[in-house]
Amino acid sequence: MAIAPEKIEVPAGSGAAHDDNFHNPPEKPSAQFHHDADEKTADLRHRDLIQSALGKYYVARAGKQSKFQNWGAARQAAAEVKWEAVGHLDKYLREFEDKISARGTKVFWASTEEEARDYIVGVIKDAGARRIIKSKTMTGEEIHLNAALEKEGFEVAESDLGEYIVQLREEAPYHFVFPAMHLSRGEISDLFKEKLGTAATDSPEELTMIAREVMREKYIAADVGISGGNFAIAETGMISITENEGNARLSVSLPKIHIAIMGIEKVLPKMSDLALFLPMLATAGAGQALTGYNTLLGGPKQPGEIDGPEEFHVVLLDNGRTKLLADPEQRDALSCIRCGACLNVCPIFKNVGGHTYGTTYQGPIGSVITPHFKEMQTWKHLSSASSLCGACTETCPVKIDLAHHLLQNRRNAAQQKPVWSEKWAMKGFAWFMNQPRLYRLALKLAPLAQAFHPLVKGRRLDPLYVWTAGREFPKVKRETFKDFWAKREK
Amino acid sequence: MIMKITLFIPCFVDSFYPQTGRAMVRIFEKLGHTLDYKPQLTCCGQPPFNAGYWDESRKVAVKVLDALGDAERVVIASGSCGAMLKVFYNELFKDTLREADARALGEKTFEFSDFLVNELGVTDIGAKFPHAVTWHDGCHGLRELGIKTEPRALLSNVEGLELREMGEAATCCGFGGLFSAKFPSISVAMGQVKTKSAVETDTKYIVSNDGSCLMHIQGVLDRERRGMKCLHLAEVLNQGW
Repeated sequence: MAIAPEKIEVPAGSGAAHDDNFHNPPEKPSAQFHHDADEKTADLRHRDLIQSALGKYYVARAGKQSKFQNWGAARQAAAEVKWEAVGHLDKYLREFEDKISARGTKVFWASTEEEARDYIVGVIKDAGARRIIKSKTMTGEEIHLNAALEKEGFEVAESDLGEYIVQLREEAPYHFVFPAMHLSRGEISDLFKEKLGTAATDSPEELTMIAREVMREKYIAADVGISGGNFAIAETGMISITENEGNARLSVSLPKIHIAIMGIEKVLPKMSDLALFLPMLATAGAGQALTGYNTLLGGPKQPGEIDGPEEFHVVLLDNGRTKLLADPEQRDALSCIRCGACLNVCPIFKNVGGHTYGTTYQGPIGSVITPHFKEMQTWKHLSSASSLCGACTETCPVKIDLAHHLLQNRRNAAQQKPVWSEKWAMKGFAWFMNQPRLYRLALKLAPLAQAFHPLVKGRRLDPLYVWTAGREFPKVKRETFKDFWAKREK
Repeated sequence: MIMKITLFIPCFVDSFYPQTGRAMVRIFEKLGHTLDYKPQLTCCGQPPFNAGYWDESRKVAVKVLDALGDAERVVIASGSCGAMLKVFYNELFKDTLREADARALGEKTFEFSDFLVNELGVTDIGAKFPHAVTWHDGCHGLRELGIKTEPRALLSNVEGLELREMGEAATCCGFGGLFSAKFPSISVAMGQVKTKSAVETDTKYIVSNDGSCLMHIQGVLDRERRGMKCLHLAEVLNQGW
């Protein structure tokens, strides 16, 4: 297959343009959310595409979930293991550091995303390296690593197929597990044709082969491999990486330097915990019994070993996680294993799509943790953008009470800095509802007012416009239940 | 055993769907229970609670605690308001002087179908409704209160009724209280997913145990001119006798 190599390279800084949106969020992320939500919900093709993609996931997941002897008990066990780990991060992270350092790994503790970026850039500069191959890391997205690396003039290639596709499109991942799920095969084919000069094809195998050819060159040429990590095992000092394409193994074992970046909450106490968490992550995340490749990495190449990187760095990132840890109500949100199941069942996500969130972590978990990781007032709108249906809480394999956390965020945001118009509206509402006579009088007058409603209905002048723009409003009955009861009592 | 049942009639049932309340009255009387209602109560306080303004919510909710303090059993024809009283009052009044009252109220409060089936042990009211219907699970009833089989058991004993489940029965309809006004485009899109799934069952009626969902679903159905009608479970059980 003819691929013009010069066309493969992502022009330096091009990813940064979009990524900057995330690094320096637009003045009003909430206005952007409303705007994008309006646009996406009107896009019926997008809605159908996501519904049908997730339809397949539901079937696969239900099948694999039924292979667990007792899914409910597995969830409970997983929640307890994570609770123990998150509750004793000080102990388990030190144990992890001691064990993995003993084999020559350098562990760096990054309090902020800047510290993490600076350290990673420093390692690459010190090595005189230039070409970087990355396997999928959402923590990398969180710290806007690609933009920082490209700014330094490094050549960065994403090796995960979905990530590679969104990198070529110069956009952020759509979903933190399925980065390119918003694209049809035809769109991916067009993208490859445009960026790589390849022939159009509708075959997933051929599309994969195109990316594979590009990747093989990148693996061999890369000086540095950067990965995330799904779990850090304290007991043995290892990181566990889960993937379906084999790209992470190549990314971390061929280059001379491997840098892994993970959030501090990824630690598990024991190796045996993986016996539960690996199948659970695969099942909840992708409807698989087990992910295609599961790799444990315990350090750089050891004396006598024939392969592996010469240097191995693990960056442990805080970046707001300890703020969440300090919140006794919501610290269980740190139990998240980033399976993405809450996105897949979320009716909001399914209708607005991943990009609308404007965050690294989309969907319910993103709406819960983003205000903690970043700032409450700027990101509180995400917690309001939920019908509180609870599908997320119901599906979460580690039993994070996501729906209730959204409510708590709303309360905390209002306590911290009330929106005065809302506060007064709610004060007025509470006052009105506590005046039964006035309430009854208002209901008596309502049918009269509603008789004139058709004059303005659905137009901007309509006081009920937010409702009537898309739906009909019900009629207040002439005899309310209170009227009925009063008659009955006579 | 004859029970004294206090009805809690949510604001939207009182104003838009009083027939739901009347149906409950008729059904419980048929079963031989005595009824009570507190006309001074209007709202459970959920809108300010969901908006994050818990102080304002408590101002309304505390009246509910006061009025229902001596009630034997409280029954609500809405999973959402039921969840407010049963689940969320515990959070709202946590660490306040009324914490114990909130817990006590939660323990004696029941959603309508849950009360019929699990408290009274009744699954057959003797109703007749010779139509095919589809069912919508209100989220709060389903996930906060765990009510799924109860309404289906009741419908299965309605003479002539055929229940045709829709694919999206347990998917949120998009109402979500204030959410429907704050994010109308998302709310309506979710409603359209629901109505599309309901239409696929080729039935004339969408039945649910939550009138607040039905208010939204009916609004979307009417705008789409689907010709389907929403009915509360109590209205269906009130037919044919």
